[in-house]
Amino acid sequence: MEKRVTTPLTLEQVKDLKSGDSVLISGVIYTARDAAHKRLCELAAQGKPLPFDPTDSVVYFVGPAPAKGDQVIGSAGPTTSYRMDAYSPTLIALGQRGMIGKGKRSPEVVAAMKEHGAVYFGAIGGAGALLSRCIKKAEIIAYEDLGAEALRRLEVEDLPAFVIIDCEGNNLYETGRKEYLESIK
Amino acid sequence: MREINAQDITAAVKRLCMEANSYLPGDIKERICKCYENEPWDLAKNILGIIKENYEIAEDKYVPICQDTGVACVFLEIGQDVHINGNLEEAIHQGVREGYIEGCLRKSVVRDPLDRVNTTDNTPAMIYYNIVPGDGLKLTVAPKGFGSENMSQIKMLKPSDGLEGVKAFILKAVEDAGPNPCPPIVVGVGIGGTFDKAAFLAKKALMRDTNVRNADPFYADLENEMLEKINALGIGPQGVGGKTTALAVNIEKMATHIAGLPVAVNINCHVTRHKSIEL
Ligand code: SF4
Repeated sequence: MEKRVTTPLTLEQVKDLKSGDSVLISGVIYTARDAAHKRLCELAAQGKPLPFDPTDSVVYFVGPAPAKGDQVIGSAGPTTSYRMDAYSPTLIALGQRGMIGKGKRSPEVVAAMKEHGAVYFGAIGGAGALLSRCIKKAEIIAYEDLGAEALRRLEVEDLPAFVIIDCEGNNLYETGRKEYLESIK
Repeated sequence: MREINAQDITAAVKRLCMEANSYLPGDIKERICKCYENEPWDLAKNILGIIKENYEIAEDKYVPICQDTGVACVFLEIGQDVHINGNLEEAIHQGVREGYIEGCLRKSVVRDPLDRVNTTDNTPAMIYYNIVPGDGLKLTVAPKGFGSENMSQIKMLKPSDGLEGVKAFILKAVEDAGPNPCPPIVVGVGIGGTFDKAAFLAKKALMRDTNVRNADPFYADLENEMLEKINALGIGPQGVGGKTTALAVNIEKMATHIAGLPVAVNINCHVTRHKSIEL
């Protein structure tokens, strides 16, 4: 059974999410890839405010395809998260609670997640056509010059994802594989 | 001598860019369905079901299967008796430009690897020419996503590393990649040649229909063996564990130097796209 997750994502909600949970995410989330993350961290380093309030925020690592016809947004699946590893600890320290991406994270990111209480969701890489249907509204709020990599505010409804790494550092990539391999012994 | 107009090449490339991004090849779809049926791990099966639903939506609505609509890899087999009226290379780039803009495909190319300014039309294409006998012209467009491209590896093995070294290196590349390249993956392997030829063979291997095995029975067996070994790793769809890590392993090989054993592993995701046309 899926757990419903609504943003803003509070620490209480995060503590309730366990690695391996299937979730449906609803509410406002923000998109950013490497280029936008770099700029966000530069602002943070200068002590300047970010284009959105990071407190209890969820960031989706995605560079969507352009909308076609009457679409709200084009295909919009996750990009590989490790490219954001250099930046995520800074944003987590500022209050970001959730990240949606795909693939491995660095020990530094996991340490920041445990310290501040944050969760890493995996969305299905390569399912951009399906995932874009969960996006009900999309607007660029900063860095328009980055094109697909611009910072967007999305309103999502029941976006399917999995808890890959929870705030205790449990990692589905490690446990899921181990459990599967044991099941076939 | 047969004449082909550059404009016809532009039109063909444009169409192939758009279609390849929405219509997954039949062999890949079949393999996803088969793996879905045979997947014993619940979460893995769920994911394969969503992957299936996703390509059906893409096909039905004519939208990109994945938002990473790739860098356009364009393969040409040009008959040596063909003459192109106009600028061939510019005609290909123009086709990519028109296809990516009109098709609402994502523009994912930067003009320089270090200054990283987006070209805003997905050009230039990555072009691979092959001159063949006759007067035909075969065009293949393969949009290549970089989540999987980034997980590719190449190594100059020693001849003494032999077959076992090759097998170990293929498994290492898949293991290192883990959940990153959107498994289930398709693994293209190039063995032999030079440093660059091995890499090209690996990419070429990804263009082959996954229901066609290497014509050399030794390499056909190796493809089957490696698929089994990769799927025994248990990485599973999206890395959550499961039986389905790879959909296929395609290997291409060629002659090489007495001192060398180059091996390249080009990884592709479940969105292994390519479409061809003969002009
Ligand atoms: S690796 Fe493939 S499926 Fe994954 S995001 Fe890139 S193109 Fe899409």
